[in-house]
Amino acid sequence: MEALLALTIGVLVATAVYLMLARNVLRFIFGLVLISNAANLTIFVAGRLTAGAPPLIPEGAKAPVGEVANALPQALVLTAIVIGFGLFAFALVLMFRAYTHLGTLYSDDMQVAEPRSTASTPSHLTKDTQMTERPAE
Amino acid sequence: MSWYLATPLVLPFLTAVLSFLMRFGVWGRWISVGGNALLLIAATLLMVEVLGAGVVAGQMGSWAAPFGITLVADYLSAVMVVITAITALAVSIYALADIDARKEHLGYHALFNVLIGGVIGAFLTGDLFNLYVWFEVMLISSFGLLVLGGSRAQIDGGVRYVVLNLISTILFLTSIGLLYGMTGTLNMADIARVLPSVENQPLVTVIAMMFMVAFGVKAAVFPLFFWLPAAYHTPAFSVSAVFAGLLTKVGVYALIRMFTLIFDHDVGFTHQILLWVAALTMITGVLGAAAQNDIRKILSFHIVSQIGYMIMGLALMTPLALVGAVFYLVHHIIVKANLFLIAGVVERTTGSTDLSKIGGLYRTAPLLAILFFVPAFSLAGFPPLSGFWAKYVLITAALETHGWIIAAVALLVGLLTIFSMTKIWAEAFWKHHPAGIDPKLTTLSPAERRALLLPIAALAGLTLIIGFFPQPFISFAETAAEQLLDPSAYLTAVLGGQA
Repeated sequence: MEALLALTIGVLVATAVYLMLARNVLRFIFGLVLISNAANLTIFVAGRLTAGAPPLIPEGAKAPVGEVANALPQALVLTAIVIGFGLFAFALVLMFRAYTHLGTLYSDDMQVAEPRSTASTPSHLTKDTQMTERPAE
Repeated sequence: MSWYLATPLVLPFLTAVLSFLMRFGVWGRWISVGGNALLLIAATLLMVEVLGAGVVAGQMGSWAAPFGITLVADYLSAVMVVITAITALAVSIYALADIDARKEHLGYHALFNVLIGGVIGAFLTGDLFNLYVWFEVMLISSFGLLVLGGSRAQIDGGVRYVVLNLISTILFLTSIGLLYGMTGTLNMADIARVLPSVENQPLVTVIAMMFMVAFGVKAAVFPLFFWLPAAYHTPAFSVSAVFAGLLTKVGVYALIRMFTLIFDHDVGFTHQILLWVAALTMITGVLGAAAQNDIRKILSFHIVSQIGYMIMGLALMTPLALVGAVFYLVHHIIVKANLFLIAGVVERTTGSTDLSKIGGLYRTAPLLAILFFVPAFSLAGFPPLSGFWAKYVLITAALETHGWIIAAVALLVGLLTIFSMTKIWAEAFWKHHPAGIDPKLTTLSPAERRALLLPIAALAGLTLIIGFFPQPFISFAETAAEQLLDPSAYLTAVLGGQA
């Protein structure tokens, strides 16, 4: 079971790194989702796997009886999923804004904050538009 | 006991909720100022308690140490909390004039106070996963602050900032998972206790390196700093100031904490890498700054080069070097936040922060010139300002361990810092305004002037106090360094008798 999960994590990380190295920021976002799930699985496996023994306390007892699964990594993964979801939602909206405001999804073409030189900046990229203004469709 | 620890943590979130509810009136901003004033009082109380007891620890929810979440404040944590509260109060006063109604309606004050809460949480927690959560609280509110207003430059800078910080976050999370898998605990004191008995010590070093990279991105060290100069010059000046003062320093704090408390098993390997990182960070930062021509971009690159000094203190790992690192942290937060606040006033009076487009401030606004002079030349390390003592202690520590190269680098980078500060001084203050304008502070309304200049003057005063009376601060830093090198007091406070 550990070997299977380790392989899954490896494939996830490899795919994610491939996607995150792309210049298209949308691909980066998809890579981010995959790699954060790989991180979650890593925590889960690091807490040791105990199959078929949910950490439930029988009625009347004060502690679980016998060997049960480690509940802590599950709690950690749950927290990490929630946080990761929030960050992903923000990143997705940011990339959408970048697309509508900067007119591109390619990180090489995003040069408003750090222009390579004032002469080479295309004229349509120098004007500062506020979020409230919609770019012309 | 835990009352002292919990109050500075709860206050910012309370302030955030209240100022969010009141964001459509004038009350929101005053709630933010009041909340941060209370925060400073709470932080001072915590400091007094720590000065008395050495290390203060509290178990949240009364779950005993390795199982529950521990809040713990030693000398280093306590001074970081106080300095955070000072910066937060200064910036919240500055924001009265700097932040327009539109940004207030979007929830600036709420995001700002959540950010402060996250920073304080990261300083006070004694639990590794909890540290991750505070980093996330800090990160998500900093994302919001960075793009608030939504100009094109902000979105562009935001993309780089978000992308690189998310990678660091995932690396941090993975390393926590692996460290938990090896030690079976998340309590930092407990990890420090268990880790020497772990069989697979080489793997511990691997995990240490993962933590180094994860926190290295947050602290903006070479070669992981590129997100910082790409983003820090884009948001509102209040936001820049609080980012510059606090965010990277949380990364430095986390590095210091992890590499003194937990990963001190293979100092010859890990701290040697840190030393190289420190030297390269100092050099690349200061050279990057020399190439810039915008005040905020120059200052952003200088954050990077100054981070190098703090890492150098950690890398040398002698008592004196850690004294230097702690002293440098405190000095740097005040000075750096102040310089960004001054850049905001320069922009308001002259219309730009681009050095080729401004000038004439020395003649028409001598008060601002003096207020700039203090933090700028403290940053460069002029005696007797605070930066001189910080650099003096660090370089002495380097010479004591025969680290001739790192000492030479530190001195050289100090010289180049003077070059950048002189450039700002000559261009913005001495030369005439190229458009023939006489930039005057009186173009600001009296209320604006008060809100903008009061925090700048207070922080400059603090720099002078540290500069002229360094002894109490140095001896405080000495105790902090002792606690870092010998964590037995920390372990006893957190774990009780079993340490």
